Amino acid sequence: MAETLVETEGTHVQHHFADAEQQLETATLGMWTFLITEVLFFGGMFASYAIYRSMYPAAFESTSRFMDIRLGGTNTAVLICSSLTMAMAVRSAQVSKRKPLIMFLALTMFLGLVFLGIKAIEYTNKWNEHLVPGFHFQYEPAQFMHNAQLLFFLYFCMTGMHALHMIIGIGLLTTLIIMAARNSFSATYYTPVEMIGLYWHFVDIVWIFLFPLLYLIGHHG
Amino acid sequence: MFASFPIADIPLFPPAASAQAPEVDALYFFLNAVTIVMSAAIFAAIIYFAAKYKRRPGVKATQIEGSTKLELTWSIAPFIIMLAMFAWGAKIFFAEAEPPRDATEIFVTGKQWMWKIQYPDGGREIDELHVAVGQPVKLTMASEDVIHSFFIPAFRIKHDVVPGHYDSVWFTPTKPGRYHLFCTEYCGAQHAGMIGWVDVLDKQDYQKWAAGASIQGTLAERGLTEFEQLGCATCHLMDQQGRGPNLRNLYGKRIYLSDGSTVIADDAYIRESILDPNAKIVASFQRDIMPVFQGQISEESINEVIAYIKSLTQNVPPSQEGSHQWPIVLAPPNTLQQVPAAKSAGTVATSPGVQGTVAPANPARTKPGSVSPAARPAPAQKGNQ
Amino acid sequence: MATEVIGPVEQVNYLNSQHTVKSWLLTVDHKRIAILYLITISIFFMIGGSFAAAIRFNLASPEGNLFSAETYNRLFSMHGIVMVFMFLVPSIPTTLGNFLIPIMIGARDVAFPKLNLLSYYIFLTGGLFALFAIVHGGVDTGWTFYAPYSSTYSNSYVLAAAFGVFIAGFSSILTGLNFIITIHKLRAPGMTWNRLPLFIWAHYATSLIQVLGTPVLAITLLLLAFERIARVGIFDPNIGGDPILFQHLFWFYSHPAVYIMILPGMGVISELVSCFSKKRIFGYDFIAFSSMAIAVLSFVVWGHHMFVTGLSMYSGLAFSLLSFLVAVPSAIKVFNWTATMYKGSISFDTPMLYVFGFIGLFTIGGLTGLYLATLAVDVQTHGTYFVVAHFHYVMVGGMLMAFLGGIHFWWPKITGRMYSEVWSKVSAVLIFAGFNLTFFPQFILGYLGMPRRYHAYPPEFQTLNVLSSAGATVLAVGYILPVFYFLWSLKHGKPAGNNPWEAAGLEWQIPSPPATHNFDKIPTVVEEAYNYGPVEEVVLG
Repeated sequence: MAETLVETEGTHVQHHFADAEQQLETATLGMWTFLITEVLFFGGMFASYAIYRSMYPAAFESTSRFMDIRLGGTNTAVLICSSLTMAMAVRSAQVSKRKPLIMFLALTMFLGLVFLGIKAIEYTNKWNEHLVPGFHFQYEPAQFMHNAQLLFFLYFCMTGMHALHMIIGIGLLTTLIIMAARNSFSATYYTPVEMIGLYWHFVDIVWIFLFPLLYLIGHHG
Repeated sequence: MFASFPIADIPLFPPAASAQAPEVDALYFFLNAVTIVMSAAIFAAIIYFAAKYKRRPGVKATQIEGSTKLELTWSIAPFIIMLAMFAWGAKIFFAEAEPPRDATEIFVTGKQWMWKIQYPDGGREIDELHVAVGQPVKLTMASEDVIHSFFIPAFRIKHDVVPGHYDSVWFTPTKPGRYHLFCTEYCGAQHAGMIGWVDVLDKQDYQKWAAGASIQGTLAERGLTEFEQLGCATCHLMDQQGRGPNLRNLYGKRIYLSDGSTVIADDAYIRESILDPNAKIVASFQRDIMPVFQGQISEESINEVIAYIKSLTQNVPPSQEGSHQWPIVLAPPNTLQQVPAAKSAGTVATSPGVQGTVAPANPARTKPGSVSPAARPAPAQKGNQ
Repeated sequence: MATEVIGPVEQVNYLNSQHTVKSWLLTVDHKRIAILYLITISIFFMIGGSFAAAIRFNLASPEGNLFSAETYNRLFSMHGIVMVFMFLVPSIPTTLGNFLIPIMIGARDVAFPKLNLLSYYIFLTGGLFALFAIVHGGVDTGWTFYAPYSSTYSNSYVLAAAFGVFIAGFSSILTGLNFIITIHKLRAPGMTWNRLPLFIWAHYATSLIQVLGTPVLAITLLLLAFERIARVGIFDPNIGGDPILFQHLFWFYSHPAVYIMILPGMGVISELVSCFSKKRIFGYDFIAFSSMAIAVLSFVVWGHHMFVTGLSMYSGLAFSLLSFLVAVPSAIKVFNWTATMYKGSISFDTPMLYVFGFIGLFTIGGLTGLYLATLAVDVQTHGTYFVVAHFHYVMVGGMLMAFLGGIHFWWPKITGRMYSEVWSKVSAVLIFAGFNLTFFPQFILGYLGMPRRYHAYPPEFQTLNVLSSAGATVLAVGYILPVFYFLWSLKHGKPAGNNPWEAAGLEWQIPSPPATHNFDKIPTVVEEAYNYGPVEEVVLG
């Protein structure tokens, strides 16, 4: 890159910042703003879900017996664990512990991969059960044949978008691990770890909303 | 036909041919007046300032910070004028929302790229709508494909026609003439060809026109044919309770559903029940008995079947009353003995559903004894969903 | 004036510091990125403009037989998509905004320079997708992509175009994000919020809309694309979906988006009117506050695009009232600009001509918006040429006039050269006259009932359409002229000097063109914006 770094006090302060503190504040505010845009991105799908669920409550509830709660529940647990390991990674960076940092980042990435693996199994099952709208969709009971497609369409869009965010997150974790291995972080500079940590927690939170809405709707009382 | 410049033949203003049109126009002229006064004031100020305070050597600008009083004045005063626009516009819009009870109901189906018109007496036209001066008309509109929008500029009416919805709009023509009918929602290649004419005829001409049209039965009669061909009559028995609800005296009533809620049996509900029977099952009837007609029946046929079902109800309740009457319970087969069978015989021809004739029924067009849905008060129906 | 320390005049500036192609294509300098955007959006403007020319040629005769219906539908669709998403939305923010925001607040760059470059390439990718769709035969859905036509019935390159808009949307989000953080975090010492130039306030409000609205458009287009691929989806009435939901989601972004397309223009006008009247802006607080009010209110008025869709009467009532409310802050701005000229020292340089043009056209554009907020009148005018005329008065008469005014104003700063005064004035007058001739007849056509997006029309509408097409020819000449005199000025223009307009503002304190790092030493701001002299008079207390 043609980036011109004017070296001031630290090695990581770019030329247009006065000091490291200003740079950190800037990055943090930027990340939070980005997460707000993400809320609105998923918000469009959540709004559609809310509207159709209120229009076709029975059809939506009838789908939950096709949702694998064991796999979905496992994935919820996996993601919650990964949030913990991510938080541990940020902590390790704060106290300049390089080896634990790399270990926790790798663990987080591993848990992310487990999540995606389980998601892939679920998608395969859905495909085999003809539950992908537009691709030989079949549904029993037949009276919900039409409206149930709305839910499955939203299911694939919402979980698919979530999975895409997981994949991007794993890519970012890979970068962090490489940077950590090169000893790029210290107690005075660990902004990327903290920012990607925020992103990772956000993606987890989205799942915390998706799981009950998609898997548990028919299981009340 | 158009108000225009006397010199060059440029139309400036559309003809006003409905009862609503002069009201909308009055508001339009008010808006024009406000726009002209406001623009003129601002233009005049700019031109005056530009001339008066043109840069001159040795003359400096006078620095002025601002004025809260002025700011409040030019925030609040325009807003008050806007509130007047809002209230006036809302008043006309509300008045246009509910059709009068004596409105003739005409079905309109939008399809790439034509308007199909079905009259209550069974007449059909494409891209031509004939209406009589002074007779309120309510259009019930559906789309077979994409979103269209039904627009008659001379009547100042417009409404989108959305697939999966029933949309409605109404008007009272006031001036005989031939007016444009446009589609105003882009609907594909020949969108500009989805146009037609509205012929407003005086009463005499209207009768002549009606007499000349060739008809194969009224809308309701054709609905009966469809009803039998599609096999509906196997389960929806007319003189007793079959596997499906008895449809006699059903239209416009509030009925219980299997989930405990109630619904008014209006056009939209009947349409939904034909296309997707399991969506709202009448209390104590079974699911999955009736076939799904989604994709099996055209919007026009649905209109005919609905007209037939309407004709089975003698006094169609007006919409305002429909909402707070007690729900009726339709008896399932096993409670058949508790429900007295309908007294009248099962065919439509012997079931005179006429209640006060408004549109003069021409003998050539209306078979003796057949129903004339046109003559009934406006049915209960939600204009949109 | 506004700074304590001004660095010595540098010979080396951002334009001549490096000359390689790579130094341009991989630059993270906000000023060079602004130039990249300027070139790219100008090309898109020319493409979109040529579609407009074709549309007006076709409509010169009622039969509209210059193009087939299919071709015509692609022309107006691509005109809309290119002009809205590839020109108007990025126009002022990515060029003047990118160039000026850091300088005006006394910073060396935007908060995230690499992200800024990434935004440019994302935008370029989106634009190339759109070009791909054009080259392969175009898209015929209109820029609004209404389902179910776009999802099921259209046989054109909907996916490519929708993905193009989707991708360009992320560029818009990231640019908005960058500006918000820049304005929050990189202001020079002493540059308090109430000392910010109104150009900055306008961009702050714009960025908020970009950040909050665009993601909703993104997901809506994505859902539409999936529906087109799967041939079934949530806007499909055959499975119980509602095409109207698409319109709600679409206008939730796209109504605020029209403010993305006008607020930066309002910011430019505030700078210009003050400079060429040599006077403090009248009612600084109210103009700044009205930008923020517009940003907030813009999110609750989308329903006025849907009065005839069967929206419930009470929703219609609420959306109508809110739409009138959003008109108030716009009116406040117009009154304040006019009041700024009062007792000023007004010069008639080219940028000021654009200010006159902007205020005139935007006034008409704004007032005709009231017709569309009025329930009963909207019924008549919705979907007709009245709407077309209204939004062109705001978007072209407003935003484009402001864009050209801004380019003429800051061109000496950007390039260090002056352009031809005579030719630029000729061009400004041609644009103003051509614009009115093109679009004023369309108001009349609209109330007469001529629907938009028609390739052929009833013959009685011909005279007004011919007037409109004739106006478009004049307009086209007006738009082509600047290309020549601007390019000419790059080599032959007089050197501009630091401050040719004797304007206030940090950007005029540094050399033209500025150095790569903008400021040798970050300035300390000690006074408010538009300090053209001490306050002498306060009208009405």
